[in-house]
Amino acid sequence: MSMQALFGQLLVGLINGSFYAMLSLGLAIIFGLLGIVNIAQGAFYMLGGFVTWMLLNYAGIGYFWSLLLVPIIVGLIGAAIEKTLLKKIYNLDHMYGLLLTFGIMMFIQGMFVHFFATAGRPYTVPSALTGGYNLGFMFLPKYRGWVVLASLVLCLVTWYAIEKTSIGRTLRAATENPTLTRAFGVNVPALMTIGFGIGVALAGAAGVLAAPIYPVSPLMGAELIITVFAVVVVGGMGSIMGAIVTSLMLGLLEGLTKVVYPQGSNMVIFVIMLIVLLVRPAGLFGRER
Amino acid sequence: MSDQRVLTVDNVTGHYGDSHILHGVSMHVNEGEVVTIIGRNGAGKTTLLRAIMGILTKRGGSIVVRGQETIALPPERIARLGIGYVPEERGIYATLDVTENLMLPPRVAAGGMSLDDIYKLFPNLYERRRSPGTRLSGGEQQMLAIARVLRTGAKFLLLDEPTEGLAPVIVQQIGATIELMKRQGMTLILVEQNFRFASRLADRHYVMEHGQIVDVIDRAQVQARMDSIKSYLGI
Ligand SMILES: Nc1ncnc2c1ncn2[C@@H]1O[C@H](COP(=O)(O)OP(=O)(O)O)[C@@H](O)[C@H]1O
Ligand SMILES: [Mg+2]
Repeated sequence: MSMQALFGQLLVGLINGSFYAMLSLGLAIIFGLLGIVNIAQGAFYMLGGFVTWMLLNYAGIGYFWSLLLVPIIVGLIGAAIEKTLLKKIYNLDHMYGLLLTFGIMMFIQGMFVHFFATAGRPYTVPSALTGGYNLGFMFLPKYRGWVVLASLVLCLVTWYAIEKTSIGRTLRAATENPTLTRAFGVNVPALMTIGFGIGVALAGAAGVLAAPIYPVSPLMGAELIITVFAVVVVGGMGSIMGAIVTSLMLGLLEGLTKVVYPQGSNMVIFVIMLIVLLVRPAGLFGRER
Repeated sequence: MSDQRVLTVDNVTGHYGDSHILHGVSMHVNEGEVVTIIGRNGAGKTTLLRAIMGILTKRGGSIVVRGQETIALPPERIARLGIGYVPEERGIYATLDVTENLMLPPRVAAGGMSLDDIYKLFPNLYERRRSPGTRLSGGEQQMLAIARVLRTGAKFLLLDEPTEGLAPVIVQQIGATIELMKRQGMTLILVEQNFRFASRLADRHYVMEHGQIVDVIDRAQVQARMDSIKSYLGI
């Protein structure tokens, strides 16, 4: 096995890990604040990819503008869904949130399958990010490096905003004790709308980054979300940094498995999930309740 | 000035699910007054404060705060009328450190204390400013819960058993803080089991039993009515 192949697979792993990170980070924020396991997170990722494709093909709006606009669009769609649908079920059992977001996922996905069929649509890498660097031990395509960098920056900015700013402080307080936080004069229901919007906007941003790598297709999220949920089970829902670190580690591990035991690469995250469930059911970074 | 109404509670009912807890409570508080609600465990004192804050969702009757009917308002709007709430369970956030706990509640009125002033008043909180809120001792947590509402500028405070389970020296410190608030003209509702503590501070006592106000005792009558107070409290 060559060094080239090893580092090549580790890079693929890191990229996958970056996508896991953006999606699981959003899931963690949403679960913390709303108590809802958002099964539809993959559909919002797909929506991000598709809106990027549509902006280019229907409106001539390019990649970098999409990087800014698409998360906003996806976030607003999410906020509207929270305000009209999700807020009606907060008083019910967690299971209803699961079912409702499952329905939302099927609806969004079904709409796109209906209008666009399931075939993947290519999206060209923006010219500023074509080409690559020869690092000696491997060739690094510029765009792949960009995806890892952009998602790391996005995750760290989100982490910083939550842990170190006054808005993040309010968000953490509302997550821990929403009733008391309201009694201090914080508009927690509005915060929940915003939190859901931000959570799915992260998935939307991941969709933009994915468009030039994976073909844009209505089912692109459905495949990813299953792995992302396994990642979330391993990391535990409790911690933002935990979600980021677990995602990148599992992505790398997946890449490594592709080199040493290719047949196992699709399974390895699920095997780890089973082990973690047996040994530490709350997840590596989760808190036991 | 002294008989300007801050709070008028009129025929208020309250439920937890199907259990009917408050049965038509009426009371009032004027500007600058310290009023207590006393009564045995389970009488409904905490529930009444939760009804005033709007966090008891099943409530009826009328609750007017500074001229504004609040019975249909959500808690965040009620708090912004200038009320500070110190809950019985203290409500210190575990995921926030001491400074973050202090900075959390938004300002609801002008004239709140600055962080520096608060740390001068509570030097032991300054020592622990980077600790997660729940690492503090019970007394420190209670100080933090009180200090937290002093920053918001609220001039009308609801304090639910601030001395519960605390050592005498800390009870004294809390008493001094409440006296300071009173001197600054704040309006207070104090729920207390410790009547000796409450009677030194209060202008008026409401006695609560089974979700109703059964008696009102003015400061001047306390000595004369000590026997009935003792029997109300079961001491
Ligand atoms: N969350 C709750 N759900 C149901 N019943 C409650 C709840 N909290 C308190 N109660 C009941 O309401 C009554 C009044 O309680 P509370 O207001 O806490 O009394 P107090 O503060 O005077 O000790 C009690 O009978 C108590 O058991
Ligand atoms: Mg009580």
